[in-house]
Amino acid sequence: MYTLGVTVPQTLLGLLEREPSHGYDLKKDYDRFFGRGRPLPYGQVYATLGRLSRDGKVEPGPVEPGEGPDRKRYAITELGREEFEAWLTTAIEPEPHLQTVLFTKVVLAVMLGRSASNYLDLQRAAHLQRMRALTEAKRTDNLVDRLLADHGLFHLEADLRWIDITAARLPLLAQEIA
Amino acid sequence: MTYLPELTDIAGDVIVAARNVVYAFGETQALRGANMEVGRGEVLAVMGPSGSGKSTMLHCLAGILTPQAGEVMFDGQRLDTMSENERSALRRDRFGFVFQFGQLVPELTALENVALPLLLGGAKRSEALERAGTWFSRLQIQGLEGRRSGELSGGQAQRVAVARAFVTRPSVLFADEPTGSLDSLTGELVMDLVVGLAKEDGTTVVVVTHEPRVAAYAQREVVVRDGVVTSRWRAAGKRSPGS
Repeated sequence: MYTLGVTVPQTLLGLLEREPSHGYDLKKDYDRFFGRGRPLPYGQVYATLGRLSRDGKVEPGPVEPGEGPDRKRYAITELGREEFEAWLTTAIEPEPHLQTVLFTKVVLAVMLGRSASNYLDLQRAAHLQRMRALTEAKRTDNLVDRLLADHGLFHLEADLRWIDITAARLPLLAQEIA
Repeated sequence: MTYLPELTDIAGDVIVAARNVVYAFGETQALRGANMEVGRGEVLAVMGPSGSGKSTMLHCLAGILTPQAGEVMFDGQRLDTMSENERSALRRDRFGFVFQFGQLVPELTALENVALPLLLGGAKRSEALERAGTWFSRLQIQGLEGRRSGELSGGQAQRVAVARAFVTRPSVLFADEPTGSLDSLTGELVMDLVVGLAKEDGTTVVVVTHEPRVAAYAQREVVVRDGVVTSRWRAAGKRSPGS
């Protein structure tokens, strides 16, 4: 599945804004909504909660009777709430992540007299294969999964549009680089 | 990290094929020796930029255009050497068509539009209308049977067009930019229905599209560029046969 680039501390703060929770419940909710096949290790949950607690963004409750590490319920503090709010209301930097790699390969191929168009065909096939898998994954009643698949599909589509327009402009690019 | 897409082989036998097909509109060469094969029951996307020849390819495969050179095969028969009457019967009985703009007959109701291919095939009117009526629920447009195309939204009209294409239970459905005039959500609904119905009925689908999200509904894609079908690449850099 497509994975979200969400940052763990902010996500845990957001989950804690709903209600104070144990590490176990936070992990369970994280995996359910954001994990997408990459479960959050317990170690990372407790390490993150430890840092958030040290920085005054969450507050551990009293140790509850029982065994194991999960004996504290964590609550978000005012500072944590402010940080989460700031994060949630800030746009992230649009990242032309894949294009930089694609772009480098295309320019190098043209520069070195190799077939950039073969490379673009290969990349198009790879993108479409991924899009097929995501389209198949959308055949589910789970709206969260469908929305995530859509997110991936639209991003891959944007790359494909770039691939197509670049394929059409290869002769011009060759002239410019030569 | 290197990532190589898998090559999808054609499943089952070939139902439609083009071999070295050449087609020119006057001085303009649309197809210059194009080859492709479609497996029985397969959903295949034909992609390519505007003017690449992808729609001309579809029209040649469907017997709408006769190539000036090369061969078109359907179910083991030469399609390009058939008489116009034979091809016309084939288009009516074995093929279904969906175009970008539904192209419904505006004077007819939605129900009559869906029944049209059956009526042209010689079915009795009452029987044709009854069979046509069963498709409205399958396409989630029940209640719209009596409307004319001017009284339908774009998405509704396109679903009527899909019903019309499927009503004869064709062997092959040819779709040319079927979602081109629809918004994303409606386009998705139409593609879900087309692919779902094709799967249920075992219909082969050839869909021409420049939209990757539409192509992603297909099991395989070919790309037409400058009048030829470009090959896909194997991991070792060898050209794959047949695509």
